[in-house]
Parts: sequence; C-alpha cells; structure tokens
Amino acid sequence: MSVQEVPQGRLRTPFYSRLAALDTLNNWHTWKGYTVPDALYCADTEYFAIRNSTGVFDLTPMTKYRITGPDALVYVDRLVTRDMRKIRPGRVAYAVWCNDQGQVIDDGTIFHLREGEYRLCSQERHAAWLMDSAIGLDVSITDETADVAALAVQGPTSFAILSRMGIEGLGDLKPFGLMHVEFDGFELTVSRTGFTGDLGYELWTAPENAESLWDYLFAAGEITGIRAIGTDALEHARIEAGYIAAYIDFLPAHATMRTGRTRSPLELGLDWLVDFKKPNFNGRRALAEEKRSGSTWRFVKLDIEGNKPAHHAYIFADQKGKKNIGFVTSAAWSPVCKQNIALGTVRTPHGAPGSTLWVEVFYQREMHWSRMMARAEVVDKPFWFPKRRSLTPPDLV
Amino acid sequence: MTDRYDAIVIGAGHNGLVCSALLAKAGKKVLVLEANEQVGGAAVTREFEEGYSVSACAHLLYQLQPRVRKELGLSPKLASDTMQTIVLSQDGKHVRYSGGDVKGVGDGDVTSYRQFHRQMTRFADLLNTYLNTTPPRLGTGEFRDLATLARLGFDLRRLGRDEMRTFLRLIGINIHDEVTERFESPLLRGAVSFDAVLGTHLGPRSPNTIMTYLYRLAAGHGRLAVPQGGMGALAEELAQAARTAGVTIRTNMPVQRVVVENGRVAGVETAGGERFDSLIVVSNADPKRTIMELVGSRYVETGFTRRVNNIRMRGNAAKLHLALDGLPRIGGLAKVEFGDRLVIAADEHYVERAFNPAKYGESSPEPVIEMTVPSFRDTALAPTGKHVMSCVVQYAPYALKGGWTDAAKQAFTKTCIETIGRYAPDLESRITASELLTPADIEREFHITGGHWHHGELALDQFMFVRPVCSAAQYRMPLDGLYLCGAGAHPGGGVSGAAGRNAAKFILRERAA
Repeated sequence: MSVQEVPQGRLRTPFYSRLAALDTLNNWHTWKGYTVPDALYCADTEYFAIRNSTGVFDLTPMTKYRITGPDALVYVDRLVTRDMRKIRPGRVAYAVWCNDQGQVIDDGTIFHLREGEYRLCSQERHAAWLMDSAIGLDVSITDETADVAALAVQGPTSFAILSRMGIEGLGDLKPFGLMHVEFDGFELTVSRTGFTGDLGYELWTAPENAESLWDYLFAAGEITGIRAIGTDALEHARIEAGYIAAYIDFLPAHATMRTGRTRSPLELGLDWLVDFKKPNFNGRRALAEEKRSGSTWRFVKLDIEGNKPAHHAYIFADQKGKKNIGFVTSAAWSPVCKQNIALGTVRTPHGAPGSTLWVEVFYQREMHWSRMMARAEVVDKPFWFPKRRSLTPPDLV
Repeated sequence: MTDRYDAIVIGAGHNGLVCSALLAKAGKKVLVLEANEQVGGAAVTREFEEGYSVSACAHLLYQLQPRVRKELGLSPKLASDTMQTIVLSQDGKHVRYSGGDVKGVGDGDVTSYRQFHRQMTRFADLLNTYLNTTPPRLGTGEFRDLATLARLGFDLRRLGRDEMRTFLRLIGINIHDEVTERFESPLLRGAVSFDAVLGTHLGPRSPNTIMTYLYRLAAGHGRLAVPQGGMGALAEELAQAARTAGVTIRTNMPVQRVVVENGRVAGVETAGGERFDSLIVVSNADPKRTIMELVGSRYVETGFTRRVNNIRMRGNAAKLHLALDGLPRIGGLAKVEFGDRLVIAADEHYVERAFNPAKYGESSPEPVIEMTVPSFRDTALAPTGKHVMSCVVQYAPYALKGGWTDAAKQAFTKTCIETIGRYAPDLESRITASELLTPADIEREFHITGGHWHHGELALDQFMFVRPVCSAAQYRMPLDGLYLCGAGAHPGGGVSGAAGRNAAKFILRERAA
C-alpha cells in the first residue's frame, strides 16, 4: 500500500469551491478529515430536494480502496460475507465484512470496476484489516480516497438531469450497475447506487474534473430544482430507506472495548448478505454457529404512533415498561411517509416483523420533560421504497 | 488413484510419530508422510563426515514424557544417563552439577542450589501436569474446560500461600534476577542462565526465562541422557512402535499442500503430485508453515492468518559438529567426564552479552556453548579412537545481517572453535572435519520456519491457552479436519512427545463425541 503525505488541518474536497459558493449557513463539520456541510441553506429543503427533485451530495470523503491483482476476487470473496463470484464486472455489491468472530467491522459497497479490479467504499477506514486480509494473497490495496472525486445525485429527477447533461446509455443502467463513459474529454464512472433509497446515481472521476462536472450537472438540473445538500438531509433519507450507519446503528467491531457491544450481520437484518454456501469467508464459522444456536439481538424497523421522534428511546415488550428489551438507534419523523419511524436493536426472540413493541419517548415542552409509552409496530420492508428506484429505464420526469 | 486414510500425519518428527502411533492404537488407519529420507524430524542421527555420525539437531534427551514412554512401551537404550553438567573454567576449577547437587562452589551455594532445585522442580511438576493435557479454553462454559481450570486453580492453592505467591511472582520474571539473588558462583549463575535460555531468542534478562527454565525441568527434573545411536535411534524406536500399531510411514514424500475442498480438509498432495485422501490431516510441521504454505491463507480467516503470521519463531541456536582424531585436553577434567555435558558460560553477564548482538542480527563474538562427546560412550558413532563433538551454540540469529553466506558460516565456526579453544587449547589441531548448522540450515534441513527448535518462541504470550495462537490452542485449527501435533502447539519443543500425545488424545476424544 502506498502511503501519501497529506496536508494538516481540515481538507477541502475538490467540490469545495462550489459548495462554499452555495453555502448560506456556515455550518460545517469534519468527515474523515474533510470539511463538509451539515446543511447549506436548510436541511428540510435539502431533504425535500432528495424526495421531490434532485439532491447532490459530495461524497468524496467516503473511504475508497482500490483492490487489484491476480487474487483480487479470492480476496474480496473471503473478505465479505456475500458471494462475490456473482458480482460481474460492471456491477456493484452492497456488502458487510466481519472479523473471525462474525462481528461486523463495517458495511459498504464494492464496485467491480473492470475484470479483477475492485473499489471498496465504506464510511470507516480499514487499511490495517485490509492489509492483514492480504497476507498470503497476491493483491495490491491502494487507498484512493483523495484520488477520486465523487458526487451522489439522488432523487426522482436525477435520471432526467443526467440524461440532459449528455450521459449516454444511462437508461440501460440497472440498480447496482456501473458504467464508464467519456464525458467532456474525461473519464467518468456512473453507478446507479446511493444512500437515499430512491432513484439515484453516483458519479466518480478524477479530482481535476470535479468543478467542471459540477457545473455541467447544475446547469442541466436548474430547471428541475437540483440542490446541493449536506449530511443532515442525507441522514434523514437513509433512515427512511432503512439503511444502517456505523457508530449509530452498530459499532464497528474494532471500535468496541466491551464484549457484547458488537453485532453480527444476522443481528443487523443482513441475513440476506450472508452466503453460507461459500466455503470460507471471514466470520463464517462463528456465523454458522450463531445461526445454529440463535442470535442475541435483532435489528428492527419501527413504525411508532404519534409524531415525536423516539430519539435514544428504550424499547419495551410491554406497555407498562417492565421488560426492557432494547433501544432505538436512529429515529425521525418521515415527511414523505407521514410516519414516525425508527431503527433499533432488541433482544431476541422479541421484535418479529408484525409484532407490537412499546417505545418510551421523552419530549420537552417549555423546559419541562414529558414521557409517554408509544406503541410501535415492527415492519419488514423499508419505510420508503418507491417504484422508480428499481425501474429501468427510469421515467424522464 | 487415491488412498483413503482415517488420518494423515504430515511429518515424521517425533511428535508426528507419537501422534500417529496413538491414533493407530485406537484403531485408526493412519498414514505418515515424511519429506526427508529418515524419520525423526529434528530427532535424527546422520553422518556428517565419512565415519562420523551425530544427532543432527536435538542431541540430549531430557524431556521425553514418562506417559509417552509408557503408552508406547518405549525403552530407549541409553548410552549415557544422569549426565552431570560441567561448567568449564579456564583455570580448571570447573563447577559440576547434577540434580540438586553442585560441586566446586562455596557451602552457601551448595545449600542455595539445593533449595533452588527443590523449589523449581516442585513448580515444574505443577507445570508438567498441564503440559500433558489439552489447554482449557477460556469462557466456553464447557465442563472439561472449567474442570481443567478449576484443577489448575486448586493445584496452585495446594502449593501453600507462600509458595503460590512465589510461583506467581516467578513465572513472568527473568532468570538473571534469580541467579544473582541466590548464587555466589559466577559459573553456576552462568550455567543456570544458559539452561533457561537454551533454544530461545531470549537472554537471561528477558522476561519469562524462569518459565522456560521450569519448562526444561518439567518432564524429568533436568535429568540428561543420550540414547545409544543418538536421537535417531529413539526416532527409529518410535517409528517401529507406530508401524507395529499399524501406521504406514512413507519417507521422501514431501507434502506440497493440504487439499481443501468445500471449506474442509480433504487430504494432501505431495510434491510428486500424489494425492492421499483423508478427512483428518494432522500437521507435525510448525504452525506458520502449516497455515501459510501448506494450507494457504485463502482457506482460513483474516484474524487467524494475522496471528499465525505474527508468531515469533526466529531461531537463534546453531549446531556445530566436529570430527576429532582424538579427545582434546581440558585442564581439570577427568577423562571419564567427556561423557558428560560441558558448558561454556562464564557468568550470567557473559550469556547476556552473547545475546546482545543477536538482537541486531549479528552472531555472538563470544558464544555460549553446550558440548557433548557422544562417541565417548557410543563408539559406533566415530571410527575407532576418533570422536565426534556435538555443540549447541548461541547466539546465531536466523536473520543474520548479510545472510548466512559460506564466509559468515566459516567465520562463526572459527569463533566457536576459538571459544572452545580457550578451555581446550589443542582442540583445533584435533579437528578433521566440521559442520555448522545455522538456524537457516535447520530451516532448510528440517523444514522448521525460522529454524526455531520450539516451532515458535517459548514465551508467555505464546504459551498454554494461546499456543500457537489464541482461539486455536486446542490442536484443532479453524479449518475442519486440520490439526497440529508438533512443537508449535501446546506445550512446545524438546523431544518430549507431549504435543503429539495431547493432539492424538484430543482428536480421538473429539471423534468419539
């Protein structure tokens, strides 16, 4: 792995000049060393751009590793729980990776860019684990986080905007597909992926093309209400999509000190990502044992009565609150679903889809705190799953 | 065509032979594949010069577990037994010890050494119980694990309050502190220090060198012997016991890889391309070689791979063999004493100073040396009237700066001969041939990664519950059907047979369950 000198202090992404020009709030925070906006003008407006027109999110700080070499497939297949042999070039896989104990280190997406050439994207950095996983294999791992500028273009009009911008062949791109196109003289990789649970794309290119790409995009999107968004709006959208986030809905296994604070993929509702037909992958032995003997925790999506978000609430099996079975990890009022939604973790056997749980919601009015026990239905499907998300080709709205 | 066996053992080292014999005795059909021409692994006798034979790696027998001896009905014919250790002094005033008795030191040291030996053997006995059993896993809640742990706790308490405290104090500290506190005689201090660090990458001031000392005493309280015909004779006896039990042993059959199919072991493939099927493969090879080379990291998990890859196993002991046209003269040494073990370790600092350069990839300019003249009592090893001298020399680091070139080997051989020459001035003139086996040679000849005779440093972080690595210390590797039975597994190296016996017992118990 090549080690790169990086400047001190907060880094600016290649899109910084464009974000700064649109910024009215001056509300920024650090994301993996980069300065990024919580919101640029209003988190709610930005959220509605994702759901009603198009929101553009700068995801350059997302950790990106390039995995190449003769053993690249063997490597990624052993690293993650799903069967990577099924992921052909031009496809993207959402995946989760575990330690030997079957506990989740992180989740992310693996792009099969070209035959035997992969990009792994995740929120957390994983150099040590990835290098350890390379011992005895002929692969090379390169951190390319700073070498790739990336934008998420998400929302019902995203297809129309990118088509208008002149990206050809986009209509054939299926969800979790990717393609390389020549755009304005530079190479652009387009993937139909995102973190919003809606129709959307992600654009990947070299940093020097970033500003030009942004300008084309916003020129094409102007008439359909394109908006740059910050992390607050995205956070809202991902809860509606039922996506889990590291350090919020689970703790990366390497970040825990106490036993029992980690989660297995089976405990995060990711059973469908674990392919026991694969003879070997990190965590397989432990997960097979867990499947046999039963999990301790279960991930739940909750539809809660009322309109008060159940932030950090305890979850009970009974209305009286005698039997504490878990807690809420993410909560929000969903304007698009008109639902009070939450993600949480409860002890098995509680929390089967369709069952009723109780959530202890605290809320404050004029300094005074109130508490109520709210009924919560455990739902199976994502809260937000519009048809357009999987429609190919998408509608030109 | 393939043959199917109940178990295949990779390597006919002494542990592999013990393990295969015990498996066969329990009715299993067992095949042993040995890369070399001879069985025995590092317990082997071979000719290094026409007419001169020597135990090529291990040359003293002191750790063979009585239980192994009993269960396999071994009765090795010994050329020497209860050998004393003679710590050489240039002025001829040597110090001699055997068991708890020491001669050539002051009255204070005689008493101190007796007490020291009594205490150490008591602790070693405690340790020995656990060398002969599969180490318990922590936190499983399984009866067998809990029972072993409870027994360990009980055995510790049974030492009595003061002795238990002493044991717990000593187990992690270094031998240097103990010998300087207890003894006056520099030679005694030096030799006990050397006993503690033999075969390791440790100096007397390194941590846990009391533990390594106890390990040395565990099986036979440090009683030294040499089999008639060298260590190879013992290996032959073991192989015979194995064959009698029904084991098939094939030599000159280096295993190229362990065959893994559908996530489990399915057999082995030799360098010659022959395939042998078995759902149980027991590796007598060291853990690193087994996992990283024979199996391949792709078939195991990342965390386990990392741990195995990080096992510390850089050998630091070389073997020097000298063909002599007659016994050298050593002042103050009776002729009969050439049948004993001679040691050059002037004091504890001498040993530590010998170790210092090894930390930086250099060999010792003044090495510590353990010498035996096996031909003195076993005349068949050399032509009539001639002798072989077998020496363990420390320190000769595996990763020598610049590598073990012929020039480097010649220089180190010269250093060793000069060092011995200070005690035996006519030695050089008596040498007709010599052979130096550095850890790099030991790696090549005996297929031990790093040439470390314990198959992994004997240190508290690689001992008992965590040998070779944590979560795989019960002989069973995290790959279905794969087991370890060599020194890299619990308890460690030395010609003891404990690892092979424990592994066989574990496999049989697991298969019965």
